[in-house]
Amino acid sequence: MQVAVQLFAGARQFAGKASVIVELIEPCTIANLKTALALAIPALAPLLPSTRFAINMEYASDDDTIPQGAEVAAIPPVSGGSEPR
Amino acid sequence: MIAITREPIDHAAITESVRSNLAGAVCSFLGTVRELTQGKQTSSLEYEAYPAMALKKLEELAVEARHRWPIVTLAIVHRVGPLELGEIAVVVAVSCPHRGESFEACKWLMDTIKEVVPIWKRELWADGTEEWVHPGVATGPAPVE
Repeated sequence: MQVAVQLFAGARQFAGKASVIVELIEPCTIANLKTALALAIPALAPLLPSTRFAINMEYASDDDTIPQGAEVAAIPPVSGGSEPR
Repeated sequence: MIAITREPIDHAAITESVRSNLAGAVCSFLGTVRELTQGKQTSSLEYEAYPAMALKKLEELAVEARHRWPIVTLAIVHRVGPLELGEIAVVVAVSCPHRGESFEACKWLMDTIKEVVPIWKRELWADGTEEWVHPGVATGPAPVE
């Protein structure tokens, strides 16, 4: 099935586009999607280990299955301003 | 009120909106654009949101905060788009019967917003370089968009 993934912030910048469509074999999980994204867009690979994914606007884990027609988004680490460590 | 806006934020109006005769304490936090980060000079910032999910997460945090503290009224407004030095990026305003709970709720909301709400910051440095701020990621010099 085709999964359209919205890309934000650094993910959009590194990919050079705001969304990408990936072809995956059902049933597919977020882990499968990450693997496919790294192959489709190698420039995204450095961001993927720390990037969270959302399915229908809820954070998903690697083993969550992506339903047909779901809204999927890549959520790079969030910062409205991090505190000094 | 919970909102994401591209317009300048009127923090006084937001603070006023949470005042109530039921509250003896109003705590307002403003996040503003800082010029220096570990010695590096910022020229301006840009915030980007995943708007629908950001609003959903803000609403969820408001519900959670109301479970944890006796909040009378709360307001969260986050700005997106380009911001100049000193401008207000975010306001969290909380009113409660007593001050301790208002400080705690306001701090928890702001800290948690930075962890879970999909809003990102891009630093445009004074030296002409720029980068999306993704803590824990060594993105290195970003390609030009």
